[in-house]
Amino acid sequence: MWTFLRRRLLTSGISLVGVVVVVFFLARITGSPASLYLPESATQEQIDQFNRLNGLDDPVLVQFWNFLVGAVRLDFGDSIWQRRPALEVALSAMPPTLSLAGIALALSIVIALVAGSVAALFRFRGPDRVISVTTLTISSIPDFWFALVGILVLAVNLRVLPTSGYATPEAWILPTATLMLAPVGVLTQVVRGAMIDALGAGFVQNARARGYGRVRLVARHALRNAALPIVSVAGDRAAGMVNGSIIVGSVFAFPGIGTVILGAVLNRDFSVIQASVFVVGVGVILVNIVVDAVYALIDPRVRLGAGRSS
Amino acid sequence: MTTLLEVEDLRVEFLTDAGPARPAVNGVDLRLGAGETLALLGESGSGKSVTSRALMGLVDFPGVVRGSIRFDGTELVDAPDRTLRRVRGTGIGMVFQDSLDSLNPVYTVGAQLTEALQVRMGMTRADARSRSVELLEAVGIVDAEQRVDAYPHQFSGGMRQRVCIAMAVALRPRLLIADEPTTALDVTVQAGILRLLRGLTEDTGMAMVFVTHDLAVAKQVAERVMVMFDGRAVEEGSIGNVFAAPSHPYTRRLLSAHPGRARHWRDLTKGEARDDDGEETHRAG
Ligand SMILES: Nc1ncnc2c1ncn2[C@@H]1O[C@H](COP(=O)(O)OP(=O)(O)OP(=O)(O)O)[C@@H](O)[C@H]1O
Ligand SMILES: [Mg+2]
Repeated sequence: MWTFLRRRLLTSGISLVGVVVVVFFLARITGSPASLYLPESATQEQIDQFNRLNGLDDPVLVQFWNFLVGAVRLDFGDSIWQRRPALEVALSAMPPTLSLAGIALALSIVIALVAGSVAALFRFRGPDRVISVTTLTISSIPDFWFALVGILVLAVNLRVLPTSGYATPEAWILPTATLMLAPVGVLTQVVRGAMIDALGAGFVQNARARGYGRVRLVARHALRNAALPIVSVAGDRAAGMVNGSIIVGSVFAFPGIGTVILGAVLNRDFSVIQASVFVVGVGVILVNIVVDAVYALIDPRVRLGAGRSS
Repeated sequence: MTTLLEVEDLRVEFLTDAGPARPAVNGVDLRLGAGETLALLGESGSGKSVTSRALMGLVDFPGVVRGSIRFDGTELVDAPDRTLRRVRGTGIGMVFQDSLDSLNPVYTVGAQLTEALQVRMGMTRADARSRSVELLEAVGIVDAEQRVDAYPHQFSGGMRQRVCIAMAVALRPRLLIADEPTTALDVTVQAGILRLLRGLTEDTGMAMVFVTHDLAVAKQVAERVMVMFDGRAVEEGSIGNVFAAPSHPYTRRLLSAHPGRARHWRDLTKGEARDDDGEETHRAG
């Protein structure tokens, strides 16, 4: 178990470094910040001075070395735009993103557990067909389209919800729903499949042959085995919430890591882009570790490090 | 001998989108007395497992069961779930064909045994726990005291099969259905399990339906045999009579298809002629 965790940390550490490096160079392809921050009439001297002040006058490889040296100490430099440490900018955006993603994911899981279990119990019959068609439809709606139509119908035309912001509970409804679109559909299908497998498994039939009631069969014998694929897909979706956060940030002006990344890209704020990618990467690694821990908790075969013996 | 199980004209079909498929069980009659053991013999796909599951009310949609199954006077076909739950486990116990998958991988063997004893026998936790150890010992698991806290994947296939038997007999069923409990096991393990089952029926007066496609195995555990072919019971009677004078072509093929087995079987019967208690061999179904 511990060697497994160490290996996991090592491999995720390597991919994190890789992503941060790639982003370092990609960001610089977007162009020079000087042309964005200085007026078009700026003289070459003014441009040189701006670059010197922001450490952009060195050759790219030197910049890269400085970046690496700083990054090791978690110093990503200052935001050109906001004039404060880039890491601080990225971290301060995490609480609203984490709350929104957490709520959206928790609601998705609850809905998926109920809908997926019902579909599994009524497999191939009415309720299953209705649930499967509905969730597949929902998960194929593009989230940006849903967000725009949601604003148009509920905020602009019917005026029941605000168009943007996050101070009032109502302002959270559309962003949450937008983030839930993809996970609800996928998770319901995963729960359905996992539950069908678990309910049809020999050990559930065997438990049934001992005269146990339906609730005991589903809740105690099937669910815990079905939980494994559900947990892994939910972890995957949690990581994918960053994409959703960008949509939600730009359409609803909902603050969070999405708006920060978007703003940083538009403003060629390299240090903030790098710090944000780093923070998101660490977040994804943490989610994966939690998923692994839950796996070990649920399944003794993972915990005791053994496959089937015979 | 009082009648424990009475099956009349049992039919099982699996519905498909194109309508009902060929029936998996097609008009089986069966009568079993208390404490009696019947071997259910037949080739692969002849409907042995489907018949077994039907007896426990475990055939699910799209399977449809018709006919009558009376266990101890209670009709089980189309019976409400409550009735079936009462009979399952304590009335009729079952050891499934694929035992590798029969134990829940996320709970210890002891947790699964104690759960059964607490839920179905109303035992206290402590009593159920010590009874679980006794049961594991009874099915020949050494170090039962320690092994009770092990997970299924920490047992070998043969040991898991023994645990499944312990689990089934823990609820003291009046009828045990054992669906090819030894097919996946090697010969020595198989012999041990057959002895174990035989002993259990003798000690507790439990009746048994023993499913197999092996003549020698049938002979070892049962006095009576029913041969199934293509969903029908084509032959039924005492083992000695049925194989001394097989009346159905399939039974004859079964005997001649395995000359070694057939000879082995004749050797077995020769020395134990008194097993042939003169019960009439007849065609059923
Ligand atoms: N769930 C099911 N859906 C459709 N057909 C089924 C189902 N279960 C069994 N059958 C069919 O019923 C027939 C009898 O199967 P059964 O499992 O009872 O055979 P068996 O005698 O136990 O064979 P084996 O010795 O291989 O275990 C087979 O043709 C099988 O395909
Ligand atoms: Mg079978």
